[in-house]
Amino acid sequence: MLDWMNWTQPVAIFFAVIAAILAGMTVFEIVSPCVERKGFLPIATTRGDRLFIGLLSAAYIHLVFLGVSEVSLWIALAVSVVWGLVLLRWG
Amino acid sequence: MSKVPDNRAWWLVLPVLLLVAFSALVPLMTVVNYSVQDIFGPGNAYYVGTEWFRDVLRDQRLQESLLRQFGFSAAVLAIEIPLGIAVALMMPKGGIRASLCLILLAIPLLIPWNVVGTIWQIFARGDIGLFGWGLNELGFSYNYTGDPVAAWFTVLLMDVWHWTPLVALLCYSGLRAIPEAFYQAAEIDRASRWAVFRYIQLPRLRNVLVIAVLLRFMDSFMIYTEPFVLTGGGPGSSTTFLSQTLTTMAVGQFDLGRAAAFSLVYFLIVLLVSWLFFTAITHMDKER
Repeated sequence: MLDWMNWTQPVAIFFAVIAAILAGMTVFEIVSPCVERKGFLPIATTRGDRLFIGLLSAAYIHLVFLGVSEVSLWIALAVSVVWGLVLLRWG
Repeated sequence: MSKVPDNRAWWLVLPVLLLVAFSALVPLMTVVNYSVQDIFGPGNAYYVGTEWFRDVLRDQRLQESLLRQFGFSAAVLAIEIPLGIAVALMMPKGGIRASLCLILLAIPLLIPWNVVGTIWQIFARGDIGLFGWGLNELGFSYNYTGDPVAAWFTVLLMDVWHWTPLVALLCYSGLRAIPEAFYQAAEIDRASRWAVFRYIQLPRLRNVLVIAVLLRFMDSFMIYTEPFVLTGGGPGSSTTFLSQTLTTMAVGQFDLGRAAAFSLVYFLIVLLVSWLFFTAITHMDKER
């Protein structure tokens, strides 16, 4: 199934996780619609905004880890997940 | 109990969504997929993980071209935005003269990028170009093909010539939208010309200026054709900007994995900046 366009498994998992997050957040939104609020971020955000900020900063966290250190990317992933959760809860 | 909104209209968005999926989403996913492989040809690719990203982020040549790119975009904004405002302020307020100014301003915007490059390549030549020849006759030693400073000067001047009219036109429309009563009130208060600009015109121009800055940043950040035609990125690599480095890598050297990783980094930078501008714009609207 992954032969088409030479898809590789890690990339397939990556996009599957993103799709799952989006689907999960959609269900979450339908079950309990969010209201825009202001947390520690300088602007008022909705849950979707915070998810986007979390994903974008996760990408940058990974790039910084790759660019300046030899540390395993699993640590970068852990940092990103924690940061994402903090952002979603208190951002 | 509030009324439940009917959301069925969202189905009408579906065709666009499919179109975007095939024109943007799938290609982007393909780039992500290429960025983790070393590709030698069809059916001959090897998974290399994040090696390309590590390589790209530490590549001196790419870092230099990124810095150059930011420098260029900053210079473009620093020159074109104030100049555009100044031009808009000096334009006549109406009548045939205003129409004439608008047409004259719009001409550079209508010329295709590669033609702009060619025009300036000839215009700035020391032997047959009026600009280059004139500068040399005036006693300046000007040669954009050999001197990096002259090359930068020429590329910047070309961009200013090509795109300041856009900023000026946007600002002009913003200025025309200010009601006359504001100026009358300022006159009653005996406000100086500077005070009128600072407290009436500039705040009212804020929205168009945000759009102008966004457009000019995006365009200058992905500039390719004009410097490619004008200087070819030289002398040396002094005017090689990001997209040219990327093209050389992807099309010239056919280094697909590396180019894919690089374009993702490029994409992330553009995404971050666009998001910041988008947030700034929507935030401003909410404040009102």
